[in-house]
Amino acid sequence: MANPTMTLIGSPIVVGSGGASSIDFTSIPSTYTDLIIKVSARTTRSLFYDNLTMTFNNISSGYQTLRLTDNQSSGTSSDNLTGLSYFYVGEIDGANATSNTFSNIEIYVPNYLSSNPKSVSDDNVMENNSSQVYIGLHAHLWNYSGNPAINRITFASDSGSSFVQYSTFTLYGINNS
Amino acid sequence: MADTPQAVEVNCETGEVTYRDLTADEIAAQAVAAQAAADQKAAADAEAAKVEADKAAAQAKLAALGLTADEIAALSK
Repeated sequence: MANPTMTLIGSPIVVGSGGASSIDFTSIPSTYTDLIIKVSARTTRSLFYDNLTMTFNNISSGYQTLRLTDNQSSGTSSDNLTGLSYFYVGEIDGANATSNTFSNIEIYVPNYLSSNPKSVSDDNVMENNSSQVYIGLHAHLWNYSGNPAINRITFASDSGSSFVQYSTFTLYGINNS
Repeated sequence: MADTPQAVEVNCETGEVTYRDLTADEIAAQAVAAQAAADQKAAADAEAAKVEADKAAAQAKLAALGLTADEIAALSK
């Protein structure tokens, strides 16, 4: 009988007072079926929002992101971004968002050991006491030569801004049996 | 924030967490990313402003033709 489990991998990353430009999970074990990453983050970008990016295996090609986004101010939009050097994993709070608010994102990576292109999904919401608030659902595909198993996941912001103190990144492994 | 931006790495096998300063190349890449993001934001803002201006101009022309505010609003529902 199947007995699914969800296991913390490594240590949760809580960004310290110095901030961090990137968050890197390396040597991810190949003992799970799927991966989940939970993110609570905010950056130093001088806007109310920033874009969180994610790459696999330190490789910067083969990424595609389909975004469905709602902004209370400007309404719902969607776009399909191809030929990317990273995934766009949701809008997160920037420096001009309400003080001490953070975004929340959950990313699901099924079959991360597969030799097929990797599908990924995420849901995200940024917090801001304003009409400028983003929520989003994203579907991603990583189609890279050889379709290697995923052993490394790296997060950054596409503006090059740093994650602020108390931003948190936590990686879990899912076993389906 | 630290004077030199840092990267954080967690080794999932050992649990070891490492903080290291970014290299000069990584810092340069960050600056390029920041400029690209700023350019993208400026382009998006300009496009949004044009849409708003076009919308206002269209509504003014419709009003000049005699449509009421409710009738104009109904066109976009």
